[in-house]
Amino acid sequence: MPVIEIEKPLAPAPTPAAIVAPKARRSQRSGAAVFGEKCIEALIRLCGISAIIFVFAIFFFVFREGAPIVSKLDLGKFLFTTTWYPTSLGVPRYGVGALIVGTFSVTVLAMAIAVPFGLGAAIFVSEFCSKKTKEALKITIELLAAIPSVVWGFIGLTVMNVVIQKVFNVQVGLNVLNAALLLALMSVPIMVSIGEDALKAVPDSYREAGIALGCTRWQLIWRVLVPAAKNGLLAAVLLGVGRAVGETMAVLMATGHSVNIPHSIFDSVRTLTATIAAELGETAEGSDHYRVLFLIGILLFTITFIVNLTADLIVKGIRKK
Amino acid sequence: MFVETPFVRKKHRREILAKCVFGAMALAMVIPLVLIIGYLVFKAAPLLSWDFLTSNPTNGMRKGGIWSALLGTIYLVVISLCISAPIGVLAAVYLNEYARENWFTRIVNLAVVNLAGVPSIVHALFGLGAFVLFAGMGRSILAASLTLAIMTMPVIIASTREALASVPVSFREACWNVGASRWQTIKAVVLPNSISGILTGVILQVSRTAGETAPIMFTGAVFYRNIAEGNLFAYGIKDQCMALSMHLYTVTTQVTNAPDALPYAIAVVLLGTVLLVNATAIVFRVYLRSRKKW
Amino acid sequence: MHAIPKAKVQVDNLRTFYGAKEVHHGISFHIERNEIFAIIGPAQSGKTTLLRAINRTFEFTAGTRMTGTINVDGEDVKKVRDVYGLRRKIGMVAPLPVGLPLTIYDNVAFAPRSSGVTEKSFLDAHVEKCLRQAALWDEVKDRLDSLGTKLSGGQQQRLTIARALSHEPEILCLDEFSIAIDPVTTMRIEDVLKELKKEMTIILVTNLVQQARRLAARTMFLWNGDIIELDTNEVMFSEGTKDQRTRDYVNGIFG
Repeated sequence: MPVIEIEKPLAPAPTPAAIVAPKARRSQRSGAAVFGEKCIEALIRLCGISAIIFVFAIFFFVFREGAPIVSKLDLGKFLFTTTWYPTSLGVPRYGVGALIVGTFSVTVLAMAIAVPFGLGAAIFVSEFCSKKTKEALKITIELLAAIPSVVWGFIGLTVMNVVIQKVFNVQVGLNVLNAALLLALMSVPIMVSIGEDALKAVPDSYREAGIALGCTRWQLIWRVLVPAAKNGLLAAVLLGVGRAVGETMAVLMATGHSVNIPHSIFDSVRTLTATIAAELGETAEGSDHYRVLFLIGILLFTITFIVNLTADLIVKGIRKK
Repeated sequence: MFVETPFVRKKHRREILAKCVFGAMALAMVIPLVLIIGYLVFKAAPLLSWDFLTSNPTNGMRKGGIWSALLGTIYLVVISLCISAPIGVLAAVYLNEYARENWFTRIVNLAVVNLAGVPSIVHALFGLGAFVLFAGMGRSILAASLTLAIMTMPVIIASTREALASVPVSFREACWNVGASRWQTIKAVVLPNSISGILTGVILQVSRTAGETAPIMFTGAVFYRNIAEGNLFAYGIKDQCMALSMHLYTVTTQVTNAPDALPYAIAVVLLGTVLLVNATAIVFRVYLRSRKKW
Repeated sequence: MHAIPKAKVQVDNLRTFYGAKEVHHGISFHIERNEIFAIIGPAQSGKTTLLRAINRTFEFTAGTRMTGTINVDGEDVKKVRDVYGLRRKIGMVAPLPVGLPLTIYDNVAFAPRSSGVTEKSFLDAHVEKCLRQAALWDEVKDRLDSLGTKLSGGQQQRLTIARALSHEPEILCLDEFSIAIDPVTTMRIEDVLKELKKEMTIILVTNLVQQARRLAARTMFLWNGDIIELDTNEVMFSEGTKDQRTRDYVNGIFG
């Protein structure tokens, strides 16, 4: 579209000599200040890059140490047989099937306990609490989350051990049940926290609509809020699972030390994490046993990474809304 | 006139029932925690004293105190956080304030957030493979601290980024509009208003570092080491050290005929330290939230 | 040093893109010195994007691209040596009031301090001058230490204007400044703009057609990234417009 030139007289263009930028605009930063800023920005860039390097280094190193053994092993046999005799003098056998079942059984039982309690507590904190009780409960849950895993293991070895033996009248208290109880208590905080976020993200209009229709609290929660928040609640459960699968010290101390497939919750088992922790100290660097332990580490890494990634993508999807 | 029908009364009862059920579930977590901590303190009581903290373990660790373990934990925490906190915070500043949004930075962000969930035993493997062996540091405080630093860095980056992101973009835009550079904007507006979140995140990692066992088991922590009592500089960076978390593990699983109260006392000291640090972070966060500037 | 051209801002064949979406479809126009130049048009026409392209904050949004040239005082903004100096030459007032979480004094002193000014006596006088120009001095002179974020919306908008003036710009861009403030404050600011016109060029993006009529000398009607018409106010707000759509928009037939 043609631009129309106006007829009115223009102010004369200022001559070059007369142009001096006003004092507040002219840059008078000292050379030192500009240099200092450039240094700080370079330092920031350096830290950014080194953090990126460290992050990828973790992937790299663990894979580097474990990868050489893959060519020597039959992966099918590795994953699915239950004969784990790494130190056998004749033919060491590396079947982690029993260990996988160990991890699996402990995790599943832990989630069976933790999910109802965790989500129930999340619902309580989100829907039923007054502000003060909410703060107090959230602080308690945060402190629960802070307890170190070795202390939980200790509790499992001493307190839970005795309690299980007495209550269920069994010989050995270090078993699937013991570890599952500990893992449940350890994963509940993260489930409550993410679950509460998910319920908070449900728009108030849903609640108001429900109340307008005459719902009781119970109906509101069960029929409106939980379905609406199901993605976030699923993410909460997944993160709990991730935590349980990756847990080391507590299961090392509380599951007993037998590598077998459990037939009841009162059997002792061994998990993938505990195996690495228990045996790594006795292996020679570079030996097959050593590399197989790293391979188990890769397996664990992959499982937890996928679980956490899925949960993270679900949570991001909620936050965007 | 609104009259309470039996139907309404039943609804009312159902609501109260629901509240009780869910409340009981929440309580089911709180009560065991309180009971367990109470029991631990009770069993540990005979041994807890200042002497316990400042004297070394003796007699095959059946008697004496926990000084060497306590000092070792302090060393590990301080050194690892001196590495991971500055690098982590500045890296988060880079990722949030400087890096252009493209596929690479998105991958980095994803990797950082998900590394926070990696099992601690995998960090132990990494520390062993990278620092003890590849870098030739051998089992030492240095290798253990670096392992712990790499473990806490992703979490510090993630929590710092959250703190930085809580400062509204409109503030940054207002600064750019008047010709301020990125660093000037960060220094004047972004950092002062996110420092509380950043510090809280770092403090929480302090307690996590103090409690971890697996990453240090193979990279620098040992069963037993004799050091001078009361000397704050008793360890060297190439030495191996004892640590509270490791000590609890060894006394519980590998020391026979230890007095009953000993492992409980160690657990109480470790737990007490961790909870104290976390409580500080919580108080700090609540205090700073009340001084919010917008 | 090249000769200073007549136009303060010269836009030639500007195309802007948010990712794949094209916002401006090759527009060209110029803005004179010391005039109030109004840009009117319905929402999503590219008015804000145009301002952000001129002061180069457009590039902070991910995925944006720009072709064509924008010349300020004859210099292409893309090739200017000191982009911070360019941004200080241009004052920008956003639609929503933004008080930085600093004291009121620091809000206004922020820009001079960023460019290195440190003498307290100068800053004191300068802060007062800018707050007076923004018609805010009387209300805050006793509480320069209080936080900028605690002011009312109208006060924060005037604070934003004071901030925009604090780096002594040659061009003042106002992007729908009256959206979040009351009519009385709007009138006060309009009076301020009429005074400021003597010292600087003012680009006024507004959705209030009557505001453009009151203040500007020339008005440009931008719609969907195209210039429908650009002319003096006498023409734009009369029956003599070249384009029927201009008349329709001005008369409120569509908005």
